[in-house]
Amino acid sequence: MSTVETVVRLAYLAAATCFVLGLHLMNTPATARRGNRLSIAGMLLAVAATLVLLVDSGDTSPAGWIVLAAGAVVGSVAGLWAARAVPMTAMPQLVSLFNAVGGGAAALVAIPELAPPADAASVRVPAALDVVIGALTFAGSLVAAGKLQGLVPGRPVLFPGARVVGGALAVIGAVAAGVLVRGYGGGAAVAVLAAAALALGVALVLPIGGADMPVVISLLNACTGTAVAMAGFVTDNSVLVVAGALVGASGAILTALMAAAMNRSLAAILLGGYGTGDGAS
Amino acid sequence: MSAELLATLSIFLLALLVGFEVIGKVPATLHTPLMSATNAIHGVILVGAMLVASVAETTADYALGFVVTAFAAMNVVGGYVVTDRMLGMFRAPEASR
Repeated sequence: MSTVETVVRLAYLAAATCFVLGLHLMNTPATARRGNRLSIAGMLLAVAATLVLLVDSGDTSPAGWIVLAAGAVVGSVAGLWAARAVPMTAMPQLVSLFNAVGGGAAALVAIPELAPPADAASVRVPAALDVVIGALTFAGSLVAAGKLQGLVPGRPVLFPGARVVGGALAVIGAVAAGVLVRGYGGGAAVAVLAAAALALGVALVLPIGGADMPVVISLLNACTGTAVAMAGFVTDNSVLVVAGALVGASGAILTALMAAAMNRSLAAILLGGYGTGDGAS
Repeated sequence: MSAELLATLSIFLLALLVGFEVIGKVPATLHTPLMSATNAIHGVILVGAMLVASVAETTADYALGFVVTAFAAMNVVGGYVVTDRMLGMFRAPEASR
């Protein structure tokens, strides 16, 4: 291992520590803000270390650097603007929107690894999982945000045969994932897998009432964490694995806590169809 | 299964266990900010996005790299700013009391 690589790995370790301690500090109101700032420090460290890694490897073309910088600037400005401009009452849907783009990014990271069916199964399995979870979260979070914003009806949207459609989508996705994991099929199988996961994300969130959305967003947030951990397996990157698993697990606990605080069982929420929101029609 | 994959799996499992324990007794008022904070943390996918964008060679690769970096950067920056804003609101009434 080269010196640079050692330093980068140590920086990733420090970043992961910042995330854990930062989350822990968010347990009490008095230290919560400090916890978030510690978490920001961890993020800056992780990104800086990755920049060092890229510069040191020297594989990136000038055009690649321009694309990287352009993407980072556009995304940062959009995120900053949205976070500043949106009124306090619209926060949950904004969090859901950020969750959607995070899930989308996680799914897209795995796609180059899946398209050429050459990698080992140890890469293909997490890559397929990453695309499924990430795409499902992307679509689901967008629908959840739409429901809270009033762009999508807040009442539970149910239609005859909805469960059958959901089941069929799950089967299609499972078959496409199986084909990819076995190493057959390239771009077409990836597209089918992503499309099935996107449609399933919509089908799962639509029947849930608007008042349950915060719990659903929290659950989708945990899903994105898991997708990021899978992306960590795909890119063989420890900070993605640690941070993703951390968010996946703490997000799942948080979802259970939120459901309990609302006196709702998670199973009842996910089955959907229970009024609230704009009122069932 | 390679030794390296086994090591990564161990890290994954241990991080899951830490995640289950780390927010044990959070009060209900902090649920939404905490959700937002974990949302920002999974923006660390930006690291993965940078790795993907950096090895781009074709036009399709570049387009993918741009979208994935923009998505991830939006998640990170927006997520942290929103969380900080929520926590700022959270403390203001307490201070004035």
